[in-house]
This record gives sequence, structure tokens and C-alpha cells, in this order.
Amino acid sequence: MRKRTTPYFECALLTLALGWSAVVMAQNWRKLESDGLHDPGSEAVKVLQDPAEAMSQLPPDTAGNKVDWIRALQGGYIKPRSALRGEKEYEVLDGDVLMNIGGSTPAVLFPHKPHTQWLDCKNCHEGLFQSKAGATPITMEKILQGEYCGVCHGAVAFPLTECNRCHSVRQMDAIKRVRGTP
Amino acid sequence: MAIERKQWKSAIVIAATAWMAVLFGFAPSEATAEYGDVVMNEYSDEAGMRPVVFPHWFHRIRFRCKVCHADLGFKFQAGGNDINMLKIIDGEYCGACHNGDVAWSVENCDLCHSGKAGTPTQVHESTLQKLIMPAGGAPKK
Repeated sequence: MRKRTTPYFECALLTLALGWSAVVMAQNWRKLESDGLHDPGSEAVKVLQDPAEAMSQLPPDTAGNKVDWIRALQGGYIKPRSALRGEKEYEVLDGDVLMNIGGSTPAVLFPHKPHTQWLDCKNCHEGLFQSKAGATPITMEKILQGEYCGVCHGAVAFPLTECNRCHSVRQMDAIKRVRGTP
Repeated sequence: MAIERKQWKSAIVIAATAWMAVLFGFAPSEATAEYGDVVMNEYSDEAGMRPVVFPHWFHRIRFRCKVCHADLGFKFQAGGNDINMLKIIDGEYCGACHNGDVAWSVENCDLCHSGKAGTPTQVHESTLQKLIMPAGGAPKK
């Protein structure tokens, strides 16, 4: 004999899923007055723009301040100036660097393009990083202490908890790419 | 028929669970607009002013990093620039824009000096602050 039961469990789960979607869609950023940083008694919290107003218009991300700043820039959602007044010529370098080849985690792919769209060459070279590949003794320990990549990542660029955004190339593929075999 | 019904039910369960799992990645567990906000409190507390809160998110919508960090000479370090009001009034650092020309001028003290008193110089919400520093402990500059 077949039991016909009302699918309470399924209904509950569906409701939960839809409810959760609503919560996520309504994702909002804390208001300045309640962000734990601004003094709620300050004039600024009344006058300055609240983050949600600007950031909800930009491509979303799951980490950091929940904005995908690369997509925001490349997709034309924002048009940040390259000079104080207007625009000036600057170099965008389109070249990937593979690092950590032979390491115990996937190899790191560093894309120059999105970095040079925001930054000037001299922001990194030859200070934070040597131009010669492999010449800079980068370690995760140093990065976690705010050096090298950790100067920005973990502060203003996607945070250091997003391991596989950098460690993104399988070692096998990295080795093939370096050797030039398809 | 019975089998079809069962399959249909499990399909719902799987789909709903998967959908929630996907969305969980977008969970607004912590809305961190202030990720990247820099607090500057080199002199403010002593001077009886609120510390300065610099919102990176607002400025990077308008300017590429290089404008401040290459052209204006801001170092990539909270508290590493030895900024004071004299320099700002002279047109250095913040004063390159906040002069009533590009952006509102220095008379609007409270718009920058807006942080909670006693907040130390730091990059707020940084990974460093969250993972490395002891709970509740504020990072030293």
C-alpha cells in the first residue's frame, strides 16, 4: 500500500530557498551611522553618501565589500579618472605571470591587465616587486603580514581568504604552459 | 507513477538545497562596505577631533588608484604618510582635491573627521585585522 502524505518537508524547503533568495537579493551595506566606524553623532553620517546607494548599482561579488571592482571598471559601470583633472595617457600591460610552479597548491596566475588598469607600473615596480619573474621572494606568510600582494589584497582588493582566485592554475597545466607544450 | 512522483519530490529537494548552497556564497553575513576604509588618528584624538575615516570605495569609483598612489604620492600604508592639516591646506595629499575646486574644501572638518573617538589608525576590516590580530585587539599602526 502506498502512503500519500502531504510533502511538508519539500514545501518547507522550497519556502526556505525562496525566502533565502529574497534575503540575498536585498543584500545591503551597513549605513554609515551603524557601520561601527563612524560616530553616529557626526555631521558626516547625515551628509555623506551611504554605501548601498552607490554599491548596489555595481556588479556584485561575494567577498570584500561585495563589489566586483574589475567588472565594474571593465564593464563601464564606473569611469574613474586617470588624472586629477580629466584623463591622461597610461600604460595597460596585458601579460600573465605564472608563479608558484611546482608548489603544493595550484599555481598562481597574476594578470597584469586588471592591475594596470587601476595602478601605475611604478606602484609595484621596482619597489614591492622586481620586474624579473622569480626574483621576488614572495611567500604566503609575508602576504598575510601585509607585504607584497597583501599590500592591497586583504585591504582594498579581494581578501586573502579567496585562495583560489590567485591559485587558479593546475600545476600540470602550469608546467605545460611554461614548457610551451600544448 | 509512484516512482515518477518520488523522483519529482527528490528533484525539488535537491534543487532547493543546491540553490541555497549557491546563495550561501552570497550570504550577507556581514555587509562590509567599510572594507578598505582607512582610519587616520595620528593627531586627531590629541587635538580633540574625531579620527578621519577615508572611504576607498567612494574614491575608487571616481579615480583610479594611480592618481593618489602614484601622482599624489600616498603610500600604501595606513598612517604611513604623515598627513597633517597644514600640508592639506597647502594642497598636498587630500588637499590636492579637497580645496573647493575638485571636491569640497577643508572647512567641512566634520565630513572627514567623522570616526568614533579612540579608533586607532588602521585599514578597517582588512584580512590582516580579521585573521591575524587577536580578537578585539586593534592593530597598531
